[in-house]
Parts: sequence; C-alpha cells; structure tokens
Amino acid sequence: MTESTKDILFKPVIENNPIALQILGICSALAVTSQMSVAFVMCIALTVVTAFSNFFVSLVRDQIPSSIRIIVQMTIIASLVIVVDQILKAVAYDISKQLSVFVGLIITNCIVMGRAEAYAMKNPPMASFLDGIGNGLGYSAILMSLAVVRELFGSGKLFGFEVLPVASTGGWYIPNGLLLLPPSAFFLIGAFIWVLRTFKKDQVEEEEFKMAPNTQAAEAV
Amino acid sequence: MANKESLGNTIKVALLLCIVCSVFVSAAAVLLRPLQQANKDLDRKTNILAAAGLLKPGVSIDEQFASITAKAVDLDTGKFTDAVDVVVYDQRKASKDATLSDELSDDIDIAKISRRIKYGMVYLVEGEQGIEKVILPIKGSGLWSTLYGFLALDADLNTVAGIGFYEHAETPGLGGEVDNPLWKAKWVGKQVYSDDTGVALGVIKGQVDIGRPASIHQIDGLSGASLTSKGVHNLIQFWLGENGYESFLANLKNGEA
Repeated sequence: MTESTKDILFKPVIENNPIALQILGICSALAVTSQMSVAFVMCIALTVVTAFSNFFVSLVRDQIPSSIRIIVQMTIIASLVIVVDQILKAVAYDISKQLSVFVGLIITNCIVMGRAEAYAMKNPPMASFLDGIGNGLGYSAILMSLAVVRELFGSGKLFGFEVLPVASTGGWYIPNGLLLLPPSAFFLIGAFIWVLRTFKKDQVEEEEFKMAPNTQAAEAV
Repeated sequence: MANKESLGNTIKVALLLCIVCSVFVSAAAVLLRPLQQANKDLDRKTNILAAAGLLKPGVSIDEQFASITAKAVDLDTGKFTDAVDVVVYDQRKASKDATLSDELSDDIDIAKISRRIKYGMVYLVEGEQGIEKVILPIKGSGLWSTLYGFLALDADLNTVAGIGFYEHAETPGLGGEVDNPLWKAKWVGKQVYSDDTGVALGVIKGQVDIGRPASIHQIDGLSGASLTSKGVHNLIQFWLGENGYESFLANLKNGEA
C-alpha cells in the first residue's frame, strides 16, 4: 500500500464518502440528524467504533480462519458498540436516551462492517485505524451538514441555542416541521449527492441500460 | 503454528475471541453501573422537579430534591402504604408485573394503558406550612406512543401547579407540542374537580372561551394534533379519576391519608 496517511484519512470525506458515494449507513443518517448535539455524539460513537474495530480486526487478521471471519468481525464490532453504549449511558445520559437504539444499531451499520471486511482484513493495524477514522469523518461530515439544515430550519436552533426565534414562543420564524421528520433527510442526502456529483463528475455511475426511445405516435401521447 | 484454516484452529480462535470480548464487555458494564444508576436517579428527579415547576438552573438537583418526600399510595384505599419500598419501587416496571398490577377492562381503560398498578408513587413538596405541592405520575396513549409525565397540584389539591411529559414519541411540531412551554403554562391555575361532574380538567378541541365558567377546567387543544390532545385529556381523566388518585387526594384533604 503506497497511500499516504493524509490520503487514508481525508479521501473518505469527499472523494470516497461512505454515505454519498457508497450509499452506506443511511438508516442512522435519517434517524439521528434532527438535532446537532445528538448527531455529533452519534458521529463520535461511530468514528470510535469504526477506528477501533478496524484496528483490532487488522491486528488479528492473520489468525482469523476465513470460514468464520465475518462472525469474528461481528463479535469485535458488537463488543465495541456495547462498551460505547455503556460509556454513553454513564457520562452523557440525556443524549444516550435520545439516541436510544441507534447506538446499538451501529453494530449493523454497513460502514463499520464494510471497512473491516474491505480494508482492515488486508492492511496493517495503524493504516486500518486511520482508515476507520477517515470513514468516520466522512460519515460525520454528512451527518453534521444534515443536522445543521434540519435543526436550523426545523426548530430554529443550532446545538440547542436559539438562532431563529420561533413563532410558537413569540418570535417571527415559522419552523418547517417536515425537516424534523426522517423523510426530510432523504431529500437532503439526495441533494447533497447531486451537488457532489455535479462537481466531481467521476462519481457519476454509468447507466446500466439505455432507455428505449418512445415509439408511440405523437398524437397518441 | 498449525494451518489456520484447520478445524482445531478455528475453534481455538473462536473461543479465545469470545473470552477476550466477554471479559471486556462485562468489565465495562460492571465498572460503569454505579455512574449509570446515579444518572437514572438524577433524570427521574429532574423530571419530577420540572413538572412541578420547581426546577431552578444552577442549583444541584439533589439539593432541590431535598424538600420532596416520595411515598407510595394504595390506589384502592387511597392511603399511604408501606407495601413497597419507595427507594427501589419502579412504577413503570410494576405496571407489567402481574402481582403488582391488574388488567383493566376496556370500558374503564380510557387512557389505554391496559394494566393498572396497585401502588402509585406520590411526591410531596413540603414547606413550613406543611404540604405545598403534590406531584403525581401520569401516563397514557397519545397517537403513536405512550406519554409519561408528571402533574403537580397546589396545596388545595385542586389547582394545577404544573405538568410535564418526560417521554413520548408524538409527531414533532404537532403532538410533540405537548413539550411547548407556552402550552404547558396554560395548565397552571386550572381547577381539577368541579362540584357536579367530578374530574372536569381536560383538553378541549380548539380554543378555550374564557368568558364561559367551565373555562377554569379547560385547556386549548393542540392544533393539528387532535389525537394527542384526546390522549392527554383521557390520561388526565383516568389518573385523577376514581381508578387513579381521586380517593387519595380526597383522603389527603381530610387528613386521613
């Protein structure tokens, strides 16, 4: 591997973003981005889990029999997630209550598993660790940008501090309630991918098939 | 080392991994338990104080909670009871326990909670002139979720001092407006019981007409959230009614609790 440290760390943020290019980890991106503080803690949790699971998987990669490699990775990931969940419950109780099951669901987040299988199984521990952090940052970049839009226009706040005074408490801003509901994150992720692919044309996927031309007579349409 | 794909090595790796991971996970769980328990207690106390409108920022929760006494009440007799230990008694768990709760028949289960606990908690805020406020736990179904909260009554046991829900999953911006401080402020000063109809306090559809005498018992409905409003109305009717705390409040008033 000749990739430099900088490449490993920052390529997944824009060029090879796990959410925008690989379309992984969408579920939690929808669920936890209505408030910035919650999204922020989720990002840290996921980055930590991805980094350490990559590190440990890579550490034992030469010992893992290929017949049980997926279950070995799962066990390592699951243990890390449980520990992170326990720590959150102990030090950030309010936020862990809002994240509820989504911390536990990091186990099934495709980014963690995907990086363990695709990168950590073939690369040395330090590089894998950095790759985990890089992908965590890529995930965080998307989550935080979603959360900024959703919290600012959905409830007029940023990190819980009032920015736009909301009409229901005497201000002038009428919040867009749709932004607080999970589907709004779909539109925002879609828009994000669109913008990204406008500037980085190489991310546009090739069409798998060509649309046949419309053969109906013009009058019949 | 033997071939890593062999059966023996596979079992060895699996076993070792399980042992290492389980030690790691159990150590974390055991070491962090006291901190987690403290957080849980703090959270419960904060909710109770917030509902009673006593929550002051900047003062430690434990200090603020010092003036509050937790007691258990037998909901059938309406008297204090020692049947459960208030320190460990968990009302939410008890409502799933067959020995501590009874099934409710559909006609009286207006709050749609399916089981009624035998013993309910009450929190008494005591000052120099005796009881200043009484805080009661309430719960019931809204549109999507069960709402859990507290209702605080003033010393006359008829005037609402505050209400707050600490857990629900209603639609943000619609039913979720049960958390809106402006709406919660509308409850303060309303009367629970009227002379002729029992529990009169409730949420109505639309805005309350202040000119009418009944308005002292009525709260504006939440616009766009008829079912959540209905749910809140029903849970208030249930918990302050004959299956809830009505007999206890009557006893407390007469000094017989």
